[in-house]
Amino acid sequence: MKLKGAQILIRSLLDEGVDTIFGYPGGAVLDIYDELHKGKLKHILVRHEQAAAHAADGYARASGKVGVCLVTSGPGATNTVTGIATAYMDSIPIVVFTGQVPTAFIGSDAFQEADITGITRPCTKHNFIVRKVEDLARTVKDAFYIAESGRPGPVLVDLPKDVMQAETEYTESAPLKPGSPDTMYVPDVEALNHVLDMIKEAKKPVIMVGGGVILGRASDELRDFVNKVRIPVTHTLMGIGAFPGTDPLSLGMLGMHGTYYANMAVTDCDLLITIGARFDDRVTGKIDAFASNAKIIHIDIDAASINKNVLVDLPIVSDSKSTLRQLNKMLEQNHFTTPEKERKAWLDQIDDWKEFAPLSYSTGENIKPQYVIETLYKLTKGEAIITTEVGQNQMWAAQFYKFNHPNTFLTSGGLGTMGYGFPAAIGAQVALPDKTVVDIAGDGSIQMNIQELATVVNYNIPVKVVILNNGFLGMVRQWQELFYGKRYSHTNISQVPDFVRLAEAYGAVGLRAMKPDEVEPTLKKGLDTPGPVFMDFAVDPEEGVYPMVNPGAPISDMSLGK
Amino acid sequence: MIKLIVDNKPDVLARVAGIFSGRGFNIESVTANITMDPNITKINIGTTGDSATVTKIQNQLKKLVDVRQVSYVRETKFGQREMALIRLKLTEKNKNKVEKAIEDLNCRVITRKSDYCVIEATGTEEEIERALKHFEPLGMEDMSRSGIVAL
Repeated sequence: MKLKGAQILIRSLLDEGVDTIFGYPGGAVLDIYDELHKGKLKHILVRHEQAAAHAADGYARASGKVGVCLVTSGPGATNTVTGIATAYMDSIPIVVFTGQVPTAFIGSDAFQEADITGITRPCTKHNFIVRKVEDLARTVKDAFYIAESGRPGPVLVDLPKDVMQAETEYTESAPLKPGSPDTMYVPDVEALNHVLDMIKEAKKPVIMVGGGVILGRASDELRDFVNKVRIPVTHTLMGIGAFPGTDPLSLGMLGMHGTYYANMAVTDCDLLITIGARFDDRVTGKIDAFASNAKIIHIDIDAASINKNVLVDLPIVSDSKSTLRQLNKMLEQNHFTTPEKERKAWLDQIDDWKEFAPLSYSTGENIKPQYVIETLYKLTKGEAIITTEVGQNQMWAAQFYKFNHPNTFLTSGGLGTMGYGFPAAIGAQVALPDKTVVDIAGDGSIQMNIQELATVVNYNIPVKVVILNNGFLGMVRQWQELFYGKRYSHTNISQVPDFVRLAEAYGAVGLRAMKPDEVEPTLKKGLDTPGPVFMDFAVDPEEGVYPMVNPGAPISDMSLGK
Repeated sequence: MIKLIVDNKPDVLARVAGIFSGRGFNIESVTANITMDPNITKINIGTTGDSATVTKIQNQLKKLVDVRQVSYVRETKFGQREMALIRLKLTEKNKNKVEKAIEDLNCRVITRKSDYCVIEATGTEEEIERALKHFEPLGMEDMSRSGIVAL
């Protein structure tokens, strides 16, 4: 049958299994929005296109599906760039549809024209501009395939207005799904035998997992593997939830604000098995001192990530799930047993480090932000979906909330985008309406996409926002305190709005806690209140995130606090 | 030289160039043209770097959707050639020297006027370099080099 481009777009999305998109209308996408009016595809109207991109991202991270957003041309498209770059840095599968001026006007500096494919070329996995309606259905298929295959990433599809109005024949067809990892990544048995040999020889082994294990859906295989080899596990910020945080073998997060014991274990280890992590500078500290006594095995789906920052001894380019599954099979076939004596000695050493410097903070008259996180963890039984903003709020959330499941901690790790958490929480809540979703924010970050209060109220999306309000851009203030003689240059933002009244102005519930004994009742009330809630916690203004690896230093060189 | 076989799409060259600029690698020369299959383009990029850098560049280029094949070649099987067009000033003093050089270096005269000529030189990169070095003191007014063409 003959269909208009706009109709083909919606049909193609439905064919891909998309049931919800986030977006904001405009002139170039009028035809698409006219088609959306028929209601076959659920659409969440945000209040800023950046939020549409972050919401698609949060939706993808929480659900494991590809997130989708739709915006208009020109400024609508450019407003998504931060969200696209955020997804790009963390390898999140989203497809961003941008309107575009009619093909005849492209390149003429038309009204609301932007060369968005040019602008996003370096921060998308790939992008397309559909110049003929005949290419539309195929392009949508390709976009979804590219977004979720191999190392996932954001894909942009630019849609000129005349193409949306043009007609062509449309036939339904199934989406192009990436092949199953088992068929696409044939395990290199020789390399895997080498892995087993190295494990047998190691006296002080450590496993380091990153976001790749979560994207690879390999948590079960990982847990199986760890149970067989009894090796302690540390995770990067992006790897939180890949391995249960409450497991006795979990060392917590490593890196700039990682735990003392994780950083010491990695520094001292003689074998580092890295799975789905990319040796980011926040993790490694001074590179030539990172795991310098260890042989390093690097299992990663992206060949370009291997030997990019850190030279490794055994690179394995493969997907984590099938590799771990194969390793587990081989461990069973070989009747692998852990060398009990050595393992005990190593774990005892790690216990000593844990005793020497557990994660801690001192209490006082002011509310301590770490206490807020711990109480939140307790009240939600560690089962909430947590998103964060960026800075101290993000680090305290990573340290003091323990995550036992993947896809439950949503944070902008690579780009570090303030304003990510609130719209990402919206995306996660829409994906998983029965879960408790909490955004942990700072007073600076929450203001970057505060307009989304309208979105959560409009659709009654019951996201809870915990604002750790210290009146500062906390992380920058901490650096200014430690390295710039406490010259708080432009980080004091005490002229913050009254968040309670602001939430109420939008029609949401606002709660406030000013003293430590108000924390638990406020959190309890907020979590129990149906609908979106803002909770404003007045926290100690000069609290710091510790441990902290000094900039340029090896990760064994940490400040443990004031 | 990095050789790429890519889909002939309008922005593929921009993408490839973007990898070089975005990651801080240097493009010293570039040629691009369709192959015997009009849907497939071959791009040759002249770049220098140690083997670790070159491996990094190749790995990043391989990730591009439109790139089918990437290889680093020092010497190609059937040879590499470059071309240069050189404009030489002709005076009473240098005319004989110039004519001799053109003959010795096997160049082709494209245009000859009374006060200048334009010649074409083809050869390996070293041969081109040698020719340019030779012509410069003889009154080279302008020159244009192509990139590397390789089989």
